Amino acid sequence: MMMTEHPQVQSLRKRLRFRTMVGWLMTGLVALCALLTLTPLFAVLGFVLVRGISRFGLDLLTKLPPPPGLSGGGFGNALIGTVLVVLLGTVISVPFGMLTAVYLSEFSNADDRQKEIARWVRFGVNVLAGVPSIIAGVFAYGLLVVTGIFGYSAMAAGVALAVLMLPTVVRTADEALKLVPREVRWASVGLGASNYYTIFRVVLPAALPGIVTGVILAMARAMGDTAALIFTALFSTFWPRSLFEPIATLSVLVYNFATVPYRPQQELAWAASFFLLMLVLLASVASRLVIRRYVQR
Amino acid sequence: MTTATPVPAEMGRRSRSPRERLIDRLFVRLTLALAVATAVLLAFIGLVIAWQAVPALQRFGLGFLIHSAWNPVPGREDFGVLPMLYGTLVSSIIALLIAVPLGLGTAIFLSEDFIPPQPRMAISFLVELLAAIPSVVYGLWGIYVLIPALLPVGHWLHAHLGWLPLFGTEPVGPGMLPASLVLAIMVLPILTSIAKDSLEAVSPELRQASLGLGATRWWTIFRVLIPAAISGIIGGTMLGLGRALGETMAATMLIGNANQLNVSLLAPANTIASLLANQFPEARGIQVSALMYAALLLMLMTLLVNILAELIIQRLRAKYE
Repeated sequence: MMMTEHPQVQSLRKRLRFRTMVGWLMTGLVALCALLTLTPLFAVLGFVLVRGISRFGLDLLTKLPPPPGLSGGGFGNALIGTVLVVLLGTVISVPFGMLTAVYLSEFSNADDRQKEIARWVRFGVNVLAGVPSIIAGVFAYGLLVVTGIFGYSAMAAGVALAVLMLPTVVRTADEALKLVPREVRWASVGLGASNYYTIFRVVLPAALPGIVTGVILAMARAMGDTAALIFTALFSTFWPRSLFEPIATLSVLVYNFATVPYRPQQELAWAASFFLLMLVLLASVASRLVIRRYVQR
Repeated sequence: MTTATPVPAEMGRRSRSPRERLIDRLFVRLTLALAVATAVLLAFIGLVIAWQAVPALQRFGLGFLIHSAWNPVPGREDFGVLPMLYGTLVSSIIALLIAVPLGLGTAIFLSEDFIPPQPRMAISFLVELLAAIPSVVYGLWGIYVLIPALLPVGHWLHAHLGWLPLFGTEPVGPGMLPASLVLAIMVLPILTSIAKDSLEAVSPELRQASLGLGATRWWTIFRVLIPAAISGIIGGTMLGLGRALGETMAATMLIGNANQLNVSLLAPANTIASLLANQFPEARGIQVSALMYAALLLMLMTLLVNILAELIIQRLRAKYE
């Protein structure tokens, strides 16, 4: 069977071999890219897990941070502070964001002028999503801290976080409202219900899982945010007493304690990172599950 | 997705009391007002910052941009933002130089059928998780893991390539290199996901036509798919640039916060965002205003980049929907 091949066939064969090799090489290369992209994820998760989990216990959640150099204690005040500040941000951003989304998805199709407005609002929300969190912090600082309206306080921090949460809330609520079939609205209006009744009793409840998911995601992001808090909430080593005073938060605790030379404080920073990471990952995974079930339904 | 139709206002009007109609109209007005407020918030943020920056704007003018002193001592205040401007731009550009090839490679890996859909979805999810990790955690990790790991690399670079100005200083730990690396990690998710989305948006006919003409898979990827998806890829890169420019905590914790202009990547530097993070809590008087001026610059930079990205991506969406 072995015959000397025509030179043209030979060169074709060579080219084919070359192409196959290049194909494998490139495939290997992009697989390597994916691997390299995921490496930091596991590196960060691994280190935070190993260094953060050793300090874990009830003390961590119920005690105040120890004075510099001393061991023991926990970050109970920062945990409460984080919850307070994030709740404030949620309380401010959710009504704003939801009603904006209601306008975008329910009322903006009436005429060309309104469509134009909706286009601009969506554009503004998208650009707002790209505003760095430190700018949200500077904004709250300039509006509330420098002017002395609130000073360094949980309130100022809540406003800064609300700015960061707003785009996420608007976008996810907008998407969730669009998923509600329009027949539902027709049915409600056909039965004689008014706009606001239709929205509040029919459309919003139907879109609720999607909206809640978005709010949870926004809260998770806000929980981990630091830049907006370091000069609005500042920090405190005591239990929070009011919303108008500086307040401790987990993320600022990580930032402050990461750079001090004392071992116990550094350990606390790792433990707080572990805690933050767990909260954020839990929220991401949970919201993803809710979305999947919701979209499938 | 089907867009929702509005509830026409005329429907069922006869059966409604005037009061109900009034409430209805007020409700529509209210949502409109809030929607406009949300859009105008951006301008309001800029206004508040610009307002606070006025004293520094008057005193330093545009010289602020090319001046490199930062002296908050009362009575001898002198502020210039050049080293931070340089640090912001250079750290972001290096981060992109690292992240763009990696992200594009990952996007290709995830948008073509190299592996079955299940693991592909898992990997996409993990890449998204990368974006969920708080930046302060990246900072902590950077200080205790990345910087010690990079020190020997830095020493090697300085010893063997020290004649290059890029590696011209002895590494001290924090500096441009670790900061840029962490920034690269932080912009990877958005870059990857947008590149992946735009590669997946390329119509299947295009790919089939190319393969049908006898092109190999890689020829198709490089000559057909990437050119077709290029606006999305560029848009994603711009969004990544916007993130990198404004990223604060990781940069602050890793870049060394030295207000100096040094070409060496191993030397400590500073970014505008780090400057703000470091100095706001203790700032007084004209220093606050100078910081606001710097914040205004940062905001303008990120806005410009984000608006460009948004326009590019919007054009892409119009093309494929």
